[in-house]
Amino acid sequence: MFSKILVANRGEIALRVIRACKELGIKSVAVYSEADDKSLHLKLADEQICIGPPISAKSYLNIASIIKAAVQSGADALHPGYGYLAEKEEFARACEGQGIIFIGPSPANLEQAGDKMAAKKIMEKAGVPVIPSSPAGTNRLDEALRFCRTIGYPVMIKASGGGGGRGIRICKDEGGLREDFPIAKAEAAAAFGNETLYIEKFILQPRHIEFQILADKFGNITHLGERECTIQRRYQKLIEEAPSPGLTAELRKAMGDAAIRAAKALDYFNAGTIEFLLAPDGNFYFMEVNARIQVEHPVTELTTGIDLVKEQIRLSADGKIDYTFDDLNKRGWAIECRINAEDPDRNFLPSPGTVDVYRSPGGYGVRLDSHLYQGYELPIYYDSLIAKLVSFDLTRDGAIAIMKRALEEFIISPLKTSIPLYRKIMDDSSFRKGEFDTGYISKFVPEEDDDD
Amino acid sequence: MATKRVEVRAPMSGIFYRQPGPADPPYVEIGDTVKKKQVLALLETMKVYQKIKSPVNGKVVEIAAQNQSPLKDDDLIFVIEVS
Repeated sequence: MFSKILVANRGEIALRVIRACKELGIKSVAVYSEADDKSLHLKLADEQICIGPPISAKSYLNIASIIKAAVQSGADALHPGYGYLAEKEEFARACEGQGIIFIGPSPANLEQAGDKMAAKKIMEKAGVPVIPSSPAGTNRLDEALRFCRTIGYPVMIKASGGGGGRGIRICKDEGGLREDFPIAKAEAAAAFGNETLYIEKFILQPRHIEFQILADKFGNITHLGERECTIQRRYQKLIEEAPSPGLTAELRKAMGDAAIRAAKALDYFNAGTIEFLLAPDGNFYFMEVNARIQVEHPVTELTTGIDLVKEQIRLSADGKIDYTFDDLNKRGWAIECRINAEDPDRNFLPSPGTVDVYRSPGGYGVRLDSHLYQGYELPIYYDSLIAKLVSFDLTRDGAIAIMKRALEEFIISPLKTSIPLYRKIMDDSSFRKGEFDTGYISKFVPEEDDDD
Repeated sequence: MATKRVEVRAPMSGIFYRQPGPADPPYVEIGDTVKKKQVLALLETMKVYQKIKSPVNGKVVEIAAQNQSPLKDDDLIFVIEVS
C-alpha cells in the first residue's frame, strides 16, 4: 500500500480523497493555488504545497508544477480527483515518468476515452449498441432516404463541417426529411462551405443512465449498478440517483452486461463510468466513457456499501476485484443534489461572495460533501459547485422526504444557490413518480434567451 | 454642447478580459465608436463568461480595468461618451 498520496485537486473532491487517505492510514498532500490559501482541504491534509497563481492554467492545470510538488513531498501516488488533469493522458504519463502511481485509468484508457469517435468504433466492434448514424456523409437525398428507412424516424441531420449545435435539423418522418434535406444542405454550404450532411437516429425523450465500472490489473471487471443522471441543464447534471426509477431488472442486467463488455473492449483499469442514452422503448445506446471518479459517485457508494475512492487506491496498489454486482449487499435508495453558487432565478448566473451564514443539514440519512464553512470566501476562479447533498433511505419516497427536509435545513447566505430549485423539484409530482426525461428541467427554468 | 458620459461597471466580481481569446484583438480601444448593446469585454466568474455590453451609442473614452485582472462587484470598467 502507498505511504503518501498527493491530491491534485481542490474543493469537495480534494476533501473526499484526503478523508479516504486518513481512513486508510495514508499521509496526504494537498496542493493549492494562491486563491485557495484559506481552503478547507489544506486544513485536513498532512502537508500543503502551493502550486501557482489563481488562474487554473497556472496552478491546477500546471502539470510541471504538480509533478514537482509530488516529487518534493515524496508522495508515492497521486489522485487526480475529477476535472482538471484527471483525464489527461499526458499527466498520467508524467506521473509514470517520475515513478509516481497515477490513481486512475491507464494512459491508453485515457487516450481512447478522450477520442469519442474512436471509442464509438470500439464499442460497435464489441457489440455495445451505439446510436445508429450514417457511416459516411452524403449530399444526396436518395441516399439519405434509403439510410433512414433502415434506422427509422425521427432522425437528426447535421452539417459534417458544423459544431456547437448549429445546422442541426430534426426530421420526424420521410416527408420532413424530403422537405428539410435540401435546406440543411444549403445552410451547411453557406455556413461551413461544405454541403455534406451526417444523419443520426434522434432519440426522443431519452434518459441518461450510466454504469459504474471497477477493473483491476488482472482482467477482473465488475459494474456497481447504474446511476440515473437524467435531470440536467445544458448537459450539466443537477440531480442523480441510484438505482434508477426507469430500469427493470432485465434492462439493468442487459445494460450492466453491455457496460462490462465496453470496459473489456477498452482493456479498462480502475474506476470508470459508461454513459448510455436510454430510449422510452427500452433500447439503449453507448454515449461515452468517463475515465475518472465522478461527481455523483456517492449515490453508488451509499447503495452498494463500496467506498469507490478507497477501491481506486486499493486497485492502483495491485488490489484485486473478487466480487461481482450480484455479491454486493445492495440496499435502499440514494439521491444527490448538486448545489451550485448560482441564481436559478437569474438564468443560473454565478453568485460569488463570502459565506456569512452557514448552517449544514444533518440527521438520519444525510451525507454532505462540501468544502464550505462560515466565513469562507468563494474564489471567482473556480467551479460553482459548493456542496453535494445526498440523502439515503430504504425507499425512494423515503430518500425524497429526507432530501426535502435536509434542503430546508440547509442555509448558505447571502450567496444565491440552487437549493430553492431542488426544493421545488422534490415536490414535483413527475419527479416523485420517477417520470422524467432529459428535457425535464425546462418545466422549472425558462428557455434562456441567446444572451443578446 | 455639453457631452454626457456613462460608466460601465462590473455586474459582479470576476476576471476581466478585453478580448475573446489570447490571440484575438481587443473588442474595443479608446476612441472607438460603439453601438448600444455592442460587446465591450468579457467577465469570467466561476468559469461562466458574461458579455459586458455598451448601454448606449457613443465613444469609448476610458478603459479603467486591466486586462485579465480580477474585478470586484461594481468596479469601474469603461467610460463611454454618449453620442
